[in-house]
Amino acid sequence: MQYSVLLATDLDRLIQALRAEGYQVMGPTLRDQAIIYDEIHSVAELPKGWGDEQEKAHYRLKQREDGAYFGYAAGPHSWKKFLQRPRRPVWRAQKSEDSLQIVAAVETVPAMAFLGVRSCELHAIATQDRVFTGDQYRNDSYSERRAKLFIVAVNCTTAAATCFCTSMHTGPQVTLPCDLEMTEVIDDAEHFFLLRSGSAGGERILQQLPLHAAAQRHHVLAQSAVSNAVRQMEQGPRNFDSSDLQALLYRNYDSVSWDQVADRCLSCANCTMACPTCFCSTVEDTTDLSGDHAERWERWDSCFTGDFSYISGGAVRADTRSRYRQWMTHKLATWYDQFGSSGCVGCGRCIAWCPVGIDITEEVQSIREAEKR
Amino acid sequence: MVPDIYRIASRTEEFPGTCTLGITPHSGGRAGNFSAGQFNMLYAFGAGEVAISMSGSAQDGTYIHTIRSQGLATQALHRLREGEFLGVRGPFGSGWPMEQVAGRHLLIVAGGLGMAPLRPVIYSLLEGKTQPSSAQLFYGARRPQEMLYTGELQRWQQALKVVTTVDHAETEWPGQIGVITKPLGAATLDAENTVVFLCGPEVMMRFCIQVLLGKGVSADAIYLSMERNMKCAIGHCGHCQWGPNFICKDGPVFRYGDIRAWFDIRAL
Ligand code: SF4
Ligand code: SF4
Ligand code: FES
Repeated sequence: MQYSVLLATDLDRLIQALRAEGYQVMGPTLRDQAIIYDEIHSVAELPKGWGDEQEKAHYRLKQREDGAYFGYAAGPHSWKKFLQRPRRPVWRAQKSEDSLQIVAAVETVPAMAFLGVRSCELHAIATQDRVFTGDQYRNDSYSERRAKLFIVAVNCTTAAATCFCTSMHTGPQVTLPCDLEMTEVIDDAEHFFLLRSGSAGGERILQQLPLHAAAQRHHVLAQSAVSNAVRQMEQGPRNFDSSDLQALLYRNYDSVSWDQVADRCLSCANCTMACPTCFCSTVEDTTDLSGDHAERWERWDSCFTGDFSYISGGAVRADTRSRYRQWMTHKLATWYDQFGSSGCVGCGRCIAWCPVGIDITEEVQSIREAEKR
Repeated sequence: MVPDIYRIASRTEEFPGTCTLGITPHSGGRAGNFSAGQFNMLYAFGAGEVAISMSGSAQDGTYIHTIRSQGLATQALHRLREGEFLGVRGPFGSGWPMEQVAGRHLLIVAGGLGMAPLRPVIYSLLEGKTQPSSAQLFYGARRPQEMLYTGELQRWQQALKVVTTVDHAETEWPGQIGVITKPLGAATLDAENTVVFLCGPEVMMRFCIQVLLGKGVSADAIYLSMERNMKCAIGHCGHCQWGPNFICKDGPVFRYGDIRAWFDIRAL
C-alpha cells in the first residue's frame, strides 16, 4: 500500500478538496463542552488541542498540550445520526372521496464525507449496513446515504478509559475498507498525517493534496502512536476476553445479576441513543387539521421504553430487568445469530453517558461471577 | 416500503368489536398470493399500521382479515366500511408448513382470535389441496358470542372433526365448557404420526404444548404462531425481536422444537 505524508498545516486542503468534490464534510467539533459531529467548513472548526476524560457517567473535555486534531475518543454523538436519521418522513397519504393515495417521501440525500471515523465506528457502520441493506429488504434512505458516503478514517492514538475496542477486536487500527485512512503523528519536531487511499475516490482526493513521500521514520512514528492506544486499553480497566460472550449470556438469562442492574438502571434509554449500532425505530402517523392529509415518520426508538414491546394484553418486557437483559443480550449474544457479528464495538459511549454509571463490561464481569457462585 | 391501496369489498361484524374485512386491490398489488400463516401490515389512514394475519383462502383474489378493535390502528380499521380504502403491505413472514401435513394426522388447536391465521389451513383442506390422513380442530373461545366463523363450522366438518369449547356460557351452548386443554387431553392421538398447528394466547399455547408433549407428540411436530409488537415487518425496526429471532421475518410460525429454549423464558 502506498502511504504519503500530509503536513498538519495542510489539513485544511483535505477538507477543501472534499468540499470542492461536492461533499458535505461532517467532522468533529466542540459544542456544549463535548466533541460532537457536525458539518465542517474548515480546519478551524476541528477540536484542535482538545481531548477528553471519560469514565462511568463522566465525560469532560481536557486541553491537550500537543495541538492534536484527533486527540479525543468517542463522544456523545455517533455517525449513525447522518445515515439512520433520528427522524425522517417515510410516506405521505392523501384521502379523497373516492380514493386514497400513498406516496413515498422523497429525500434529497447529500453526498457526505465523514472526517475522522475511528476503527470501532467503521465496524459500527458495517454493522448497521448488515441490518439495513444486508437482507431481503433495504432501508432506502440509509442505503442512498451510505452509497454516496466518503469515509476518511483516522487511527486512534489515544484511548479513553471507557474504550475497549481491543477486547472486541474492532480497533484501534483501521482494518475495514474506507476511502482514506490516516494516522496523526506529533513529536517534538513535526506534526503530520501518514495517509493512504483505499478507493478510487480516495485516490482522486489524494492527487489534489500537497503530499510528501513517506519515509521509514514516518511509519515508525505512526505505528508507535497507534501502539500507544493499544497499550492504554490493554493496561486499562476494561480489558477482557470477549470470546465466550455469546455462550455466557445464553447460559445466564436467569442470572441474579439482572436483578442487581435493574435496581440501578433508570430505563432512560441514553445508552441506546448513544450507541452507534443500536438501530431500533418506531413510526408516527399523523393527520393534518383537514383530516385529508396524513404522514408517516420514522424515528429512533429504544428497547428501554415501555411501549416498545407492547402487544394486546400489555408490554412483554414490563420491567427494567427484562429490558436491560434484552439490550445487553442483544448487543453481546443474539446479534451474532442475527447478523454474524457482535452488536457491540467497544466504543464505551454507553458507559460514559449512562447517568447512573452502568458499565456493560462490568455487567459481563458480574454475570461471570454470579455464575461461579 | 409504501403500502398498496385496497378497497373494502366486504365487511362482517363477527361479534361486537371484531370484524372481518374482505379487501381487493384498488391500485397496485395483487391479492391472493400468500401462504397460510403469513400476515399483512394494514394501514388505516392517519392512524397507523398493524400486523394482521391472512384468514381467507389463498386463491380467491381477495385478502380476508379478521380484526379486533384494540389500539388506535385497529379501532380505525374497525370503523372502515365497505367501499372505503386502506393501505396494505405484505404478505410477510413464514407460513404453516403445509408440506408436513400430507399423509399425517393434522391437529389444529386455536384459542380465541388465534383461529384467524388457522382458517386458511382449513380452507386448504376443504379445497383438497392438502390431504392429511385425518384432521381435527380444537377451538376454544372465552364465550360462545366470541367464537369466530361460527357460520362455517358446519361446513368445516366435511374436512375435519371439530371440537369447540368455551370458558363460560350464559346461553345455550352445544359445545364443551372449560379450558381447551381438557378436550385436548382427552383426545386419542397417533402421537408419532401427528403434526400440530397451534395458535392462541401465549399462556394457552404453553398449556397445550404441555398436554401434547405428555401425549407423546414430539416437539418437532408442533408448530406455533407467535405475536410480538411489529412496526416494520421487514427486519429493520427491532420491535419484534424474541431472543435471536425476528418474529416478522423468521416467524411468525415456528417449530416448537427449534424455539423451545426461547419459549420457556419469560419477558424475553
Ligand atoms: S454497547 Fe456501548 S460500548 Fe458497545 S457499541 Fe454500543 S455504546 Fe459502544
Ligand atoms: S443502562 Fe444507563 S443509560 Fe441505559 S437505560 Fe439504564 S440508566 Fe439509562
Ligand atoms: S417488525 Fe420490525 S423488525 Fe420485525
